[in-house]
Parts: sequence; structure tokens; C-alpha cells
Amino acid sequence: MSFREPHDLHKRRWSRNLGLGVVLAVFVSLVFGLTIAKVSQSPIQLPGAAQTGEGN
Amino acid sequence: MTDASFETQTTPGEAQFGDYVALLKPRVMSLVVFTAAVGLLAAPGAIHPFVAFFAVLCIAIGGGASGALNMWYDADIDRVMKRTSRRPIPSGRVAPEEALAVGLTLSGFSVIMLGLATNWAAAALLAFTIFFYAVVYTMWLKRWTPQNIVIGGAAGAFPPMIGWAAVTGGISLESVLMFGLTFLWTPPHFWALALFMKSDYEEAGVPMLTVTHGRRATRRHIFAYTFPLAALAIGTAFTSIGGPLYLAVAVLMNALFVKGAWDILRRDEPLAEADAYRVEKRYFTFSLLYLFLHFGALLAEAALRPWGLGGW
Repeated sequence: MSFREPHDLHKRRWSRNLGLGVVLAVFVSLVFGLTIAKVSQSPIQLPGAAQTGEGN
Repeated sequence: MTDASFETQTTPGEAQFGDYVALLKPRVMSLVVFTAAVGLLAAPGAIHPFVAFFAVLCIAIGGGASGALNMWYDADIDRVMKRTSRRPIPSGRVAPEEALAVGLTLSGFSVIMLGLATNWAAAALLAFTIFFYAVVYTMWLKRWTPQNIVIGGAAGAFPPMIGWAAVTGGISLESVLMFGLTFLWTPPHFWALALFMKSDYEEAGVPMLTVTHGRRATRRHIFAYTFPLAALAIGTAFTSIGGPLYLAVAVLMNALFVKGAWDILRRDEPLAEADAYRVEKRYFTFSLLYLFLHFGALLAEAALRPWGLGGW
């Protein structure tokens, strides 16, 4: 069984699909980067630790 | 079920990725990005560089989304005007419903992500900006009043305020002055364009000042607007975001801007047509430099401040 030739429709929509894929990958990277930036800005404090003033 | 059962009929000029990017008006976006970044960097307070980058990106996407909604609603007049007839919708490459979907999706996305990344005051300002451009300007004012440019110009003036709010969480005199700078700059900038693109707006039936009140009145309006603009631009130099460098730039640029408007005021139509609107075109190009240098000077003041050089 061999791979079929891509349909003309897929060829014509290649740029659109590739662009959308890149946009989604960039979005995931941005959300990841934002998470890292937010977490590094304010150290996480557990609720119990916040009350007692202890670090862990 | 085979591939043949899927819808495979597509239009000859099928939309490529670049057509969806074009819906976001990338050239307008560059102004939004620049002024928003200046508002953000001039604001007092600290923000993580990545959060700052993300905030500017959200503001740019929000601005782009309102551009897509504008193209969706204005497709009928874009088809008539020479300047806009090759846009994705009038040229048939993107369906109007697709543009509407892109605009609404990106609007919601940009507002929510900006709120999560910075604060909800900045997000609310961005939501209001999108609403102002897409609904107040595009749907209500543009086809109704020759003051469309004056009031609609507010939409393009909000980005530095949003950038400022992203850092400070609110509004202050300085951010209102940055808003005012773009707001008062917009009418003379667009009226100069309307003077030498006259047939476009007339054919589309858009009530530009040149169409409703005549070209003489438009020239007077351009000249009149440069004075409150100059007062505001120079006055900004004496606030916490200004400084000697900004003052020097503001004085020089506003003197040249008033001189350019005076040259436009002195001309009449036969004279302008004789040299193919050379003065009006030069004034329009100069107005871009005018805004860029004002915000550039504010950026320079903010950048020099950590070394004790910026500000007074």
C-alpha cells in the first residue's frame, strides 16, 4: 500500500495549515514562558506556611 | 467515505495565511505596538520583561482583532475605494464570516490573556478600545458624521494608556497626556490624507470633512488642530515622563508641524492640483515622523532615567 498523492486542496491549504500550526506552537511557548515568569516573580507560599511565617 | 465526499470546491484565490494576517492591519499594528511599549516602559514601577513583551503582544492582537472586525463591517465600502479594494474580503480571498470569527476570537483571547498576565484594569481598557474602534467608530460614526476621524481617533490613542495600566494598574495624568497626543494628532494626519485621496472617500460615500464641508474648511481644521496638539505635546515635557530631550524634540517638531499646516492653509485647490498635492503629501509623511519622534523621545527619557540622565 502506497501513500496517496496529496489532494490539490491540501496543497493549496498548506500555507494556511502550517501558519496555524506555528501560531499554536508559539502560543503554547508563550503561555509556558508566562508561567515561568509569574512563578519566578513571586515565590510560592503554601497556605500553612503563610500563617506560621515559615518557609516550608 | 472517501476524500471525494468532503467539500473540495474552493475559490480560485483561496486565502493563504498571509491573508488572515492582513485582516489584522499589520501597518496600523506597528503604531499600536510602539506606542503601547512606550506607555509600558515610561510607567513608574517594575514589570517582568517577558510579561511586558506578552502584554504588548496582547495589545497588538487586540488592535488587530478590531481591524478584522472593521474589515468585516466595512467590506462594502472597501470594495469601492481604490486604496482598500485589494483587502482580503473585497478581493474575495476571505469570507466575511471568517473575518468576523477571527475578529471576535482574537478580541476575547487578547483581553483575557492580558488580564491574566497583568491586571484587569489594562484588560478592561483593551476591551473598551476594541469596542470603541469596532462599534463606536466603524458602525456608528464612520458613515454618519464628518467628525468620525476626530472621535474615532481615540481608538488608536488608547494603546499607551493600556501599556501604562499594565504596569501601574490604573490611569494617571501622564497616561492621559500620551492618549491626548495621538488623539489630537489623528485628525490633521487623516485630513491631510483625505485632501489628496479625495475621489476615494467621495465614491464610497464616507462623510469625510472634505466631502461635507469642503476642502477649504478642511485646510482650516488642520491648521486649527495643530495648536491644541502643540500645547499638549509641549506641556507633556513638564510631567514625570518628560525631560529636556523630549522638550527639545516637541518644540522643534511642533514648530515644523504648525509651519506645515500653515503651508496647507495658504494653498487652494488649483495650486494643490498643479503640483499633485506635494505639500499635503509631505505633511502627511511628516506627521508619521512627528508621532514616532514624540514617543521615541519619551522612550529615550525612560531609558536614560536609570542612569540619572532622563527627566528633570
